[in-house]
Amino acid sequence: MEYFIIIISAIFINNIILSQFLGICPFLGVSGKSSTALGMSGAVMFVMTIATLVTYLIQHFVLEPFGITFLQTVAYILVIASLVQMVEIILKKVSPAMYQALGVFLPLITTNCAILGVALLVIQKDFNLIESVVFAAASAFGFGLAIVLFAGLRERMEFSELPEGMKGVPAALVVAGILSMAFMGFAGMV
Amino acid sequence: MLYLESLAIQPKKIEIDMKKRSSSFINMFVTLAVVTLAASASLGFVYQLTKEPIAKAQLEKQKKAINEVLPGFDNDPIAAQFKLPIPESSDSLLFYPVIKGEQVLGHAIKTYSSKGYSGDIWIMLGMDQQGKVTQYAVLEHKETPGLGSKISAEQFREQFIGLLDEPEVTKDGGRIDAISGATISSRAVCEAIVKAQATWQQLADNN
Amino acid sequence: MKKQIDNRENFLKGFIRENPVFSLLLGLCPALGVTTTAINGLGMGLATTFVLLMSNVVIALIKNLIPDKVRIPSFIVIIASFVTIVDLVMAGYLPALHAQLGLFIPLIVVNCIVLGRAEAFASKNKVLASAVDALGMGFGFAFALTLLGAVRELLGSLSLFGVKLIPGDGLLVFVLAPGAFIALGFLVALVNWYKREEEKKGKSKKVAA
Repeated sequence: MEYFIIIISAIFINNIILSQFLGICPFLGVSGKSSTALGMSGAVMFVMTIATLVTYLIQHFVLEPFGITFLQTVAYILVIASLVQMVEIILKKVSPAMYQALGVFLPLITTNCAILGVALLVIQKDFNLIESVVFAAASAFGFGLAIVLFAGLRERMEFSELPEGMKGVPAALVVAGILSMAFMGFAGMV
Repeated sequence: MLYLESLAIQPKKIEIDMKKRSSSFINMFVTLAVVTLAASASLGFVYQLTKEPIAKAQLEKQKKAINEVLPGFDNDPIAAQFKLPIPESSDSLLFYPVIKGEQVLGHAIKTYSSKGYSGDIWIMLGMDQQGKVTQYAVLEHKETPGLGSKISAEQFREQFIGLLDEPEVTKDGGRIDAISGATISSRAVCEAIVKAQATWQQLADNN
Repeated sequence: MKKQIDNRENFLKGFIRENPVFSLLLGLCPALGVTTTAINGLGMGLATTFVLLMSNVVIALIKNLIPDKVRIPSFIVIIASFVTIVDLVMAGYLPALHAQLGLFIPLIVVNCIVLGRAEAFASKNKVLASAVDALGMGFGFAFALTLLGAVRELLGSLSLFGVKLIPGDGLLVFVLAPGAFIALGFLVALVNWYKREEEKKGKSKKVAA
């Protein structure tokens, strides 16, 4: 039951993009087409879950025992950056097909603040190891859901008539606002 | 696609620059080691420098909150703090005795609820010697700005002043009007107060 | 083709024409996340400016000592260190603002603007030019965040910089998440419109001459 609440709230209620404002750059950057949106969410899901697992272990077995939690930010970002590189290399060797699909998105993930954000959030929320991993996976799923939905909306918007100044990003932002409003409707669920 | 281009970290065009160090393995290793060491050392230094101000800021915040819920004391409530276990729980709460001259005004109790909308809510609750709530102050919360964050608003807080029994929101049959759109946060505040009241009861029973 | 970089021009470009938020659409996470009030926007903007300035200066100073292949990791470590310094100092001396900005302070590390400027400007230019570039971009970012915060605060709670201007409740939606997106959308549209007007003016001037 506990896990169920974590999952639902991470996907719908506290959606990482639409209510926490993490990962807005890729949200606007790669949501032009549904296929790229799907690729990006796949890559994020993969990296976010592993990164949260690794940073959790580092926090509890390295930083805290040695009393150097002030190195948290430095340690986390280094872990994430090297993890992304490693995932890229392993994926290339093990599954070229998957690398083909996700490869171009991997370098962009280092600067995706959703990854670092979730890694820091699980520490703030005092989750245990399993809760952290579940939360990370669910958040990543919420990221994917928002970005794929949004890509669908944007594909349709291309053909709509808009005032000149609103075309492109401004209209996309307003639509994102409306989507965020729709997600607020889930707030009563838990 | 401007984003993709601006972010994708492409290998920089190789500039012919004699001063630039080449990317040999030794060079790379030494550079990274030096950069990381220098970074850790300077952070350790800054950490030592800011440790005291951070602790002081924390203390100030607590003192300010105590003064807000039980004003006019002249002792040092933080120095006199003690712990009491929460009934039927393994956790305990911190009590700060608030004294003016000879007279005990009451206790400030640092209590919390994990049932907030996002994250724990920490509040400082003031209770006089009769067990009446004098006021509470929010110490820490992560509720939605504009909705749940109104638990710090005067309008919501004043409902608790003078309360002797356990607070409950109207939806659950109590007398506290929940903040519109933030029933969860309102309930969490009630829960934190109930927790403190139950713990305070032990103090009353001992006297 | 190294052209002389005009410091004044370099500084001013960050405000409208190359404004990180309104024009380049970088650093949108904090731009949306912390701007519930103008003060928060300003605080976040200045914290980012400090990180930008310090990391740009340090990177410009040591750029020749760093081999190309480990450039990015070294930059990241330098940036992360300054972010931690800001985090610690704010926790000590500005605890209230620190609590408000919360998670978004450590997230300055992954703010695209900071690494972007380090890579695109500081690693190729002299110290002074890099500092000016950082200040321009930083103040441009702070300007954007303060403006967005002011708009949201004004519409959402009818106050500005914490001062209540009109009694009443305001449109709550602007304080909440959806309002952030919508307010930013309209501000970006406004900047686009302004830039087009400027261009038109520039063209007509040329024709007249």
